[in-house]
Amino acid sequence: MSSRRSRSGSSRITEDQINDLVSRLQQLLPEMHNRRSDKKSATKVLQETCNYIRSLHREVDELSERLSELLENADTTQADLIRSLLMH
Amino acid sequence: MSSSLLSANPALNSGRSSTRRRNKKKIQSHAIAENLSSNDQHQNSPIEWKSETQQQIYSSKLLQALRQVRNGDGSPAPKRVHEAADRALATTAKGRTRWSRAILTNRLKLKFMKKNNIVKRQRKVMTSISTGNSRSQRKSKVKILRLKSKSLPAFQRKVRVLSRLVPGCRKQPMPVVLEEATDYIAALEMQVRAMSALAELLSVSGSSSSH
Repeated sequence: MSSRRSRSGSSRITEDQINDLVSRLQQLLPEMHNRRSDKKSATKVLQETCNYIRSLHREVDELSERLSELLENADTTQADLIRSLLMH
Repeated sequence: MSSSLLSANPALNSGRSSTRRRNKKKIQSHAIAENLSSNDQHQNSPIEWKSETQQQIYSSKLLQALRQVRNGDGSPAPKRVHEAADRALATTAKGRTRWSRAILTNRLKLKFMKKNNIVKRQRKVMTSISTGNSRSQRKSKVKILRLKSKSLPAFQRKVRVLSRLVPGCRKQPMPVVLEEATDYIAALEMQVRAMSALAELLSVSGSSSSH
C-alpha cells in the first residue's frame, strides 16, 4: 500500500493524514455511493475530484454566459438588481 | 532649479515614476495577501460554504461586481462576468485559503505586470534566436518529459493534475493541494448555486417587465 504512494520529502506527512484528506474529498463528490463509508481507491477519488472540478468550471462558464446575456438585455438593470436583493 | 531638472528629463522621470508605481502595486498586492493571511491567526475556522448566509454574502458581492462590469463596458463579455464572479468568490473566502489569495493577487499581477511580462518574453525569444541557445527550450522539454513519464505513481500524477486545476496550488505539497481542493470544491458549488439563483431571478424579472 505504501509503495503506491511516493514518499514525500519530509516524512512528517503521515499516510493517515493523507487518507483522512482523501476521505474528506470523497465525501464532497456527488456520487450515489457517497453515503456509504465504502472506501474507494485514492486514485479514483482524485480522478473524480479532477473531473468534478472541471465540470464545475464548465457550469460556471455557462452561467456567466447566461448572466452576461441577461445583463445585456435587461434595460432596467438597477431595478432588477434591487429586486433580486430584496427577494433573497 | 529643481523644476528645471525635472523638465529637462521628463522621459527619465516618467519611466522612474512608472516603475515606482509598479513596485508600489507589487508591494501592495503582497501586503493585501499578508493582511488576509494574518487574519488566520484570529479566526482559523474555515468558511461554511453550504450556509445560506455565505451564499447571501456572496450574492451581494457578485451583484456589486456585476453592476461595475456592466457600467464599465457597453456589453459585458462572459469572460468578464466569470472573472468578476471568481473575484467575488475569493473575497468571500476572506483570504483564508491559498486559492482565494491566488485569484486576488493574480488579477493585480495581470493588470500591472502584463507589460513587464511581455517584454521579458520578447527578450527571451530574441536571445534564444540570436545566440542559437535553446537552453530554455531544453529545460521546458525536460519538464514535460518528467510530467508525462509513466514511472511516476498514478497517485502523484493525479495530485499534480489537481494542483493545476486549483488556483495557486501548482507548487504546493500534496496535503496542501488536497486541503485546498476540498475548500475550493465547496466554494465552487456555492458559486454555481448563487449564480443560477441570480440568473433565474434576472430571467424571471426580465420576462415579467416585458409584459
